[in-house]
Amino acid sequence: MEAYLVAIAIVALIYVLLALGLTLQYGFTGLINFGHVGFFAIGAYTSAILAMNGLPLVLSFAAGTIVAGLAAWPIGLIALRLRDDYFAIVTLGFSETVRLVITSEKWLTNGVQGIPAIPRMFAGISVGSLASFAVLAVLLVVTIVAILGMGRIVKSPFGRIIEAIRDNEDAVKALGKDPARFKVQVLILGSGLAGLAGAFYAHYITYIVPDQFIPLVTFYVWMAIIIGGVGRVSGAVVGTVLLMVLLEGSRFIRDVMPFISDVEMASVRLGVIGLLLILFTIYRPQGLMGDFTRR
Amino acid sequence: MSDAKPVLEIRNLRGGYGEVDILNGIDLVLREKEILTVAGTNGAGKSTLAKAIVGLLPRVTGEIRVDGQDILAVPTYRRMAHGIGYVPQVSNVFAALSITENLQVVAGVPDRKRRIEEMFALFPLLGERRRARAGSLSGGERQQLAFARALMSRPTLMVLDEPTAALAPAKVAEAFALIARLPSLGVSTLIVEQRARQSLAISDWGSILDGGKVALEGAADVLLADPRAAALYLGQAG
Repeated sequence: MEAYLVAIAIVALIYVLLALGLTLQYGFTGLINFGHVGFFAIGAYTSAILAMNGLPLVLSFAAGTIVAGLAAWPIGLIALRLRDDYFAIVTLGFSETVRLVITSEKWLTNGVQGIPAIPRMFAGISVGSLASFAVLAVLLVVTIVAILGMGRIVKSPFGRIIEAIRDNEDAVKALGKDPARFKVQVLILGSGLAGLAGAFYAHYITYIVPDQFIPLVTFYVWMAIIIGGVGRVSGAVVGTVLLMVLLEGSRFIRDVMPFISDVEMASVRLGVIGLLLILFTIYRPQGLMGDFTRR
Repeated sequence: MSDAKPVLEIRNLRGGYGEVDILNGIDLVLREKEILTVAGTNGAGKSTLAKAIVGLLPRVTGEIRVDGQDILAVPTYRRMAHGIGYVPQVSNVFAALSITENLQVVAGVPDRKRRIEEMFALFPLLGERRRARAGSLSGGERQQLAFARALMSRPTLMVLDEPTAALAPAKVAEAFALIARLPSLGVSTLIVEQRARQSLAISDWGSILDGGKVALEGAADVLLADPRAAALYLGQAG
């Protein structure tokens, strides 16, 4: 049970990193990024491939973060000329393109077979549970640093401008600031966080395949920030934790409803999350941690 | 026309959002420390004209000169450096930010802290509530904040897009009194306004738009007395 809880906590923290990136992009800047998983995949594959080729993990993690961030740069330049809804479609298309490229470029990614035996973090620790605790501790520290960093960004002059962009982009332009520049920077920062989450994921799961990076991952992150409250760092954390509790807790529905098959169970879990999202949208649209306009 | 130096000169301005032109060849001049009201019925092109001056109209041809310089090709975010201040019609404050933070967003203001205090001296109500979230302000207070924010950069030309549209009737006279003070601050002002009579009453000049063109123009007091002008903006408040 302890190992199970540690595993859940690790996955939850990886999702918190993803949610923080999306909170910066959507919650604070208003960028509708439906392709977050694409940057998660880039981070995971970059770090995994480099580590498999002998690069120390610290450097491969850094590379995963940087490459995912840089991948957002051209997307930002091209897509930010588009209206919000078209930008969302472009990012969704981008993430699917990333997955297709990973699937087809076998020489680099091993295609649909994926990359097995990715170097573990703390591989030197022979006791499995201790190694998992160590991963959890590192991830916790990284997440706390990311949360504190986000808090600083939001309260900085840069943070004021991105929040102003979310409220009224035209007014920001008329006040002498170029929103496109700030939006590209936000896209890079948020995608870098997704890349870092991807690196943690790859080296924790130790086996990655393209099918782990489907759009559903992006929408889980969206659900988390909507449930928690968009535009709030605390919302990203609380929403992700609640989402994980629901996703994992719904496994135990089988205990009270044993007639449900495994296949049906997967649908029931999604149904539960969907229902929750609808209820939140109707009864608490500002999310658990409140409306961003009331900070 | 007065002898004052032209601050804004618009020649044969055409443009719109899609393929259809909303502005169909507008010409007008605004001179130093004067107020010009642009009136007209809904759909006449008033707000589109304001957006064109600020650079928010996607498709536009013609000439927009500010202090003699053609700014038509200048991106919106660089127009402020040409001395243009803008008060948008809707969502005119950044609701999630405090009053002070709203003023801090403005780019390239030398001695920003001092300028913010100057704005608080000009708008004491804002100074008293400087930490309040802009989203919690009343319509009138939001309007004051939008004005203060536009004045932060010491503009020589203010473009006001229906500044009284979102105000309670009791606050409208207050807003016009504020606009009437702008020339004393060295600011020339173009107001796009539905309440044409009240706006003309504080203006030096007026231009009445119809179908994206200037149908009638002249001194504000003359237009106020002209039945043709009234017919052109008839049905509107004022």
